[in-house]
Amino acid sequence: MSAPPKGSKNGSRRKKIAKLLKDRATYRGCIAIIAVLVLWEAGSVLGLPILKNIPSLSSVLVSFKEAVFDPAYYVSWKDSFMRIFLGFTLALIIGIPLGLFMGTSRYIRELTLPVFEVLRPIPPLAWVPASAIFWPDVEMSVIFVTFLGAFFVLILNIVGGARSIDARYIRAAVSLGASRRDVFWRIVLPATLPSILVGMTVGIGVCWNTVVAAEMIASRSGLGFLTWRSYVTFSYPMIVVGMISIGIAGYISSGIIRILGARLMPWLKTN
Amino acid sequence: MRPELNESVEAQSLAEQGMQAASNVEEMPSLSWEMLLSRVKHALGTSAPYLALIGLVGSLLVWWLLSEVIKAPLWEKVPGPVAVASEWFSRHPTFGMSIFTADYYMHIWKSCWRVLQAFTLATVLGVPLGLFMGWSKVFKDYSFPVFETLRPIPMLSWVPLAILMFPGREASVIYVTFLGAFFATTLNTLLGVESIDEVYFRAARCLGSSQRQIFFRIILPGALPFIFTGLQISIGYSWFCLVAGEMIAGEFGLGYLIWNAYMTVEYPVLVIAMITLGFLGWFSSALVRLAGRRLMQWQVREIA
Amino acid sequence: MPQEIPKDNGNGHKDQHPGITQGASGEMTVEHVHKGYGLKPLVKVVLGDCNFVLENRKLTVLIGPSGCGKSTLVNILAGYDMPDSGKVTLDGVPVKGPGRDRLVVFQETALFPWMTTYQNVSFGPRVRNELSKEELRVETTRLLKLVGLEAFADKYPSQLSGGMMRRAELVRALINRPKVMLMDEPFRGLDAMTRALMQEYYVRLFETKPGTNLFVTSEIEEAIFLADRLVIMSNRPATIRKVLEIDLPRPRQFQMLTSKEYLGYKGEALEILHEEAMKAFARGKTSSADFVEAYSKIAGK
Repeated sequence: MSAPPKGSKNGSRRKKIAKLLKDRATYRGCIAIIAVLVLWEAGSVLGLPILKNIPSLSSVLVSFKEAVFDPAYYVSWKDSFMRIFLGFTLALIIGIPLGLFMGTSRYIRELTLPVFEVLRPIPPLAWVPASAIFWPDVEMSVIFVTFLGAFFVLILNIVGGARSIDARYIRAAVSLGASRRDVFWRIVLPATLPSILVGMTVGIGVCWNTVVAAEMIASRSGLGFLTWRSYVTFSYPMIVVGMISIGIAGYISSGIIRILGARLMPWLKTN
Repeated sequence: MRPELNESVEAQSLAEQGMQAASNVEEMPSLSWEMLLSRVKHALGTSAPYLALIGLVGSLLVWWLLSEVIKAPLWEKVPGPVAVASEWFSRHPTFGMSIFTADYYMHIWKSCWRVLQAFTLATVLGVPLGLFMGWSKVFKDYSFPVFETLRPIPMLSWVPLAILMFPGREASVIYVTFLGAFFATTLNTLLGVESIDEVYFRAARCLGSSQRQIFFRIILPGALPFIFTGLQISIGYSWFCLVAGEMIAGEFGLGYLIWNAYMTVEYPVLVIAMITLGFLGWFSSALVRLAGRRLMQWQVREIA
Repeated sequence: MPQEIPKDNGNGHKDQHPGITQGASGEMTVEHVHKGYGLKPLVKVVLGDCNFVLENRKLTVLIGPSGCGKSTLVNILAGYDMPDSGKVTLDGVPVKGPGRDRLVVFQETALFPWMTTYQNVSFGPRVRNELSKEELRVETTRLLKLVGLEAFADKYPSQLSGGMMRRAELVRALINRPKVMLMDEPFRGLDAMTRALMQEYYVRLFETKPGTNLFVTSEIEEAIFLADRLVIMSNRPATIRKVLEIDLPRPRQFQMLTSKEYLGYKGEALEILHEEAMKAFARGKTSSADFVEAYSKIAGK
């Protein structure tokens, strides 16, 4: 309250909430979600086809409560996040420079891009067994597959972004006396940044999908394993708890990337 | 970097010229053999095809050297290209999987059939859903929040629940594959409708179009480019999810084949299945792209 | 607004940076320039034998219908593109590539979207490391003030109006004190009011510190209002159809648009353009339809 900028920020937030409350869409959305939840519960109570096979809402809530007080649940979170973090960071560290290099150097691109184009259509999960053969332990192969999922997406996005830079920007910079280094750091990099962020957003989605499946198939820990184990051990409500947890985890990680994007690219903010 | 800058500058002015040239309708060339030939000739005059060949052959060579000649650390168990090829193209394959065996085609057929069913279902449901969401504000207000709540859940975490929900493994694999395609299709269709310029709606209303006419004459064709982008993405997701579904829950199919080859230590088969999957994925997305081009002739004309 | 422009800015420059002088040089010649595009069976000849001279202290305006190859010519002058045959020289030295002695202000804005107005304008000196931070700040601020953008120094291009972007781009080039300024339809797409205002800004900038300027346009009023010399291009393949010396007094005022001399020049130029259109029409090309359309747009105004 004392600092004026904070106050104004609060004010704008309050305004936003007030606007949301006034909007009819908010109520309609809430009604729809509540209706789906009711249908979900009713499905198992009334024995509706297909829906009756889904563990009921109430049983899921009970399981959720148990999970929240169970330290093992948080270990699953940590394990999955660790894998995502390692695989994704590795993809960024290798993918961004390589992608920029391929995007800006014509000969390197013509040499390497076809290899990527050939490998790309192979779904990342198909790599799981191959990577299990290659790497000495399971953990490494899961991380490797996670890495691959984000890596291809990143590379192709960055190469595409770097190639589609408006030639006028480069012309203008060169005629104003920019060196090749300047062109790279001041033009190519910022101009490619939106594509990098798109690659990261799509990539993190692929990463979560890959990690979950790899954990189901090959691992002994993590949220994907938690979900699969719940199926195998007949604790069906826990399956849904696992799914929701994965959804939240995915949402958090893409949210972080979105915030990062807004921070890194202030010029994209309209007004 | 230097050649690249020049190249892109050249490309830019070439494109500008192309735009200008196209305004002279009678001089605009039709897509003829002559033109195709001159394009091929032009491509052969550049470095691209040769470097691509060097890159591809080079990586095959590295793979071969590491896995079959040097047997480098980590690479000992990885099947090399010679081992894979001699299985793949053999009349009497060691592990029973080659272009001459019926089994191979059976797995391909199973996977394709599943993707086809799931993809068709996702298109038939997803496109109208997206169109309706864009068409009616009320419908969107109700359906979109539910959609957005479910979307962040990675498709593959549905696998166990899908097995519970549907009797039999076949249905659950198809369901997971369907989910992968469904969200991408719906969302892109919705984006497509929302990308249509408001002016078209006003014009149509001024000219006295009914709601129905607006739907079929404006919304559907207007959203088509986005719909096809969505389909392109969704066919990719279909294969992605199919592999997971087949690995975890399938009987038959290429994903299952990969997993089975791993469990039974028939490693060359594993690589064969991977390459086949890659090819099918590429081929199906090329088909979708081709269909899109056919359907959107007017857009091509607009650009040309 | 134009009165705010200080008269002494030209001298101030020279004293600060003795290494870069505008001097009497800055003459560009274009001799027998030809240019075509496309692959072999479908080569389009855009420029067929262009000859003219850009003199120092003169504002040369290049006019011709849209799509006749004006931009191609500008690209060749700037060094982004090479002619198939012929010669372009600056002070007797052949042009081999882009350089900061010839700066282009583009048709659409080429301000870097990821830089603020201040960063954009100061880009040239910054990458060349010519000025100290303080000098750079003083110079950039002075120029921003000159075009009324000092309040928008920290805004990104996406937050500026069309006219503001054009002005920012103008000073981004001017800060480098180029020998030759190449303006490729810089005011295209602006609304009529803003356009008139920009013309006035530009003509004042030129009149306070005349260098070698080439201004490309397809609007005849703009052309004659600005020009010392009017170069009229023909239909494609483009050649120089006619060079008119415009002998109107400087400083130019908008009141001149109704003067007898002005109308005389306009009539003369229109006649040539009309002739061009008829020629193309007689040749029976559809491209002539474009030409006639463009011509009637020019004539209608």
